[in-house]
Amino acid sequence: MEGQAVKAGFDFLGIYGFFDGLMPESLDWLAFLVAGFILAFAIINALVVSTAVYTWFERRALGKFQSRLGPNRWGPFGLLQPIADVVKFMSKEDTVPDGADRQVFTLAPIVFVATGFLVFALIPLGSNDWLSRLNIGLVFIIAVTSVNTLAIFMAGWSSRNKYAMFGAMRGVAMLISYEVPMALAIAAVALASQSLSTYTVVTNQEVPFMLVMPLAFFIFVAAASAEMSRTPFDLIESESELGSGYHTEYSGMKFALFQLAEFMAPIIVSCIVATLFLSGWRGWGPIPGQVWFILKALVVLCALLWFRATWPRLRVDQIMEFAWKGLFPLSLLNLFAVATEIQLLRDPVTGALTDSDMWAMAAINWAITGIVFLAVSRMFARKQLQRPLPKPSPLANMGAEAE
Amino acid sequence: MYGAGMAKGLLVTMKNFVKPDRMFTVQYPDRKVSPTELAKMSGVGVFTFMRKNPKTAFKAMTGQMTVPARLKQHPRFRGEEFTWYEQRCTGCASCAKYCPLGIIRIVTSPSGEQVQEGQKYHLDVFDIDIGRCMFCGLCVEACPYDALHMGSGFEEGKYRRKDLVVTVDRLKSQPKHPSTWFRPQIQGKEGYHPHGEKDVTWQEAGRHEQPSRKHQEEKWAKR
Repeated sequence: MEGQAVKAGFDFLGIYGFFDGLMPESLDWLAFLVAGFILAFAIINALVVSTAVYTWFERRALGKFQSRLGPNRWGPFGLLQPIADVVKFMSKEDTVPDGADRQVFTLAPIVFVATGFLVFALIPLGSNDWLSRLNIGLVFIIAVTSVNTLAIFMAGWSSRNKYAMFGAMRGVAMLISYEVPMALAIAAVALASQSLSTYTVVTNQEVPFMLVMPLAFFIFVAAASAEMSRTPFDLIESESELGSGYHTEYSGMKFALFQLAEFMAPIIVSCIVATLFLSGWRGWGPIPGQVWFILKALVVLCALLWFRATWPRLRVDQIMEFAWKGLFPLSLLNLFAVATEIQLLRDPVTGALTDSDMWAMAAINWAITGIVFLAVSRMFARKQLQRPLPKPSPLANMGAEAE
Repeated sequence: MYGAGMAKGLLVTMKNFVKPDRMFTVQYPDRKVSPTELAKMSGVGVFTFMRKNPKTAFKAMTGQMTVPARLKQHPRFRGEEFTWYEQRCTGCASCAKYCPLGIIRIVTSPSGEQVQEGQKYHLDVFDIDIGRCMFCGLCVEACPYDALHMGSGFEEGKYRRKDLVVTVDRLKSQPKHPSTWFRPQIQGKEGYHPHGEKDVTWQEAGRHEQPSRKHQEEKWAKR
């Protein structure tokens, strides 16, 4: 899905070399610019088209999960539904509320979408297919994904609407809380792969990190699904309480941009999960790496969709409790465990970790995960048992006493 | 164990996903059909069907073929129309008198028919203004000759208010699918279907059963 535009060997250096050969020596910068634009154009378009297909897929699958039909009127199986949606969005009037901060109001959806595209620049689709091999890739991902908090707050604040503001404030509180466990889970990955570059994370990932540190995987998936604010964590735009949260006042193409970013988020998250925890393009047999990568991303995507279709929305306090009392200590524990294991197991001279070290780490971490899960579930269960029984109202049996 | 409920929920949605017969969506007014279904409808194999009418098969494959679909409807369902048998109607205007909204307009003239068996008038005007009707059915209950029935159709949306006035000509010409509401004599009749292709003629619609002398005595004299 994502890799259609980026074929094998279709990387930045190849395009740059092609244009460099065409142009004289003094126009190197122009070749650089053209190559960058071409690749960015290809990636952005591939991402937008795959998002359009994904909106259809998600609505269709959600329908099936909830025992109803999805969109089925346009084209075979409703496949042309995204096109109909876009036509509708484009023909809608673009309204800006009275007293809204016009510039910020216009800028917010653009910022929201741009962050998604920026993250995708760092995803290595295959051993040769990458746009940027940034050596601080993981830090970049954490930094850029937290910018969408700002975009949500911009949207909610600038539209001068109480409900939009409520949604934005909830969103800021939730997204900032979930940044912490997510960053700590990524830190464990960086420790184990001994690199901050997404490319090197994959090359050093002989054993998928999902097996090596299941706790980090669980924490990352939970925090990331909160970051993209989808259904167990969608109190940002809870339709039944807040109109539709921060984008209440948006219409037309601005709203379409928000929708695009929202539906792009699961694709990006599943690509990041495939890169960091499922060993990216690595696979077995003659199947090319890109196919492996897309398959892994698709599996994660479907799992996220399944969660979205099943679990109901949490309350504000429950969400904060889950982040600070649940995920935050767990991620600290995980980071501590991984760091200690690496300190004990690594080669004292070169600092390298072999496959057998990884498997040993995996065994220890699975044991830790099992114990932690049992302990946490017992803790929560006891808490639930200790809840006081509801006292009957004194008014309830007034007549009975008299008799 | 804490959290087992979440896994249970996941299982429920997965069951929905795997079993398509748990779907409860009803499609209206039409639904899309696949070539396989079309072939099954025409009673031949898929490949025979595709060879014989490739155009239809291609259309069905691209999701263009539709067949009408509607909910199963109870025969006693009252629609938004009336069925009227002119052979039965004597022009007594009971319906107009009983209508609480006064929306039935009747103008009659002597017809010279059936003078011996009681008067029968010629109906010049018989307008029912459906736009103001609340479908209480009192006119149907009032009709002494079982000439007026509730209909079972409901697709009566119009663009103009004046189109909502049902005239004699329309009552005469429209297909007769009476609802069995307040007309138990049609209910359970062999082959009666509210949306069947066959009209129900006035002979088939029948009269309601006259209460016997004995029944009347039991009901009224015993008090």
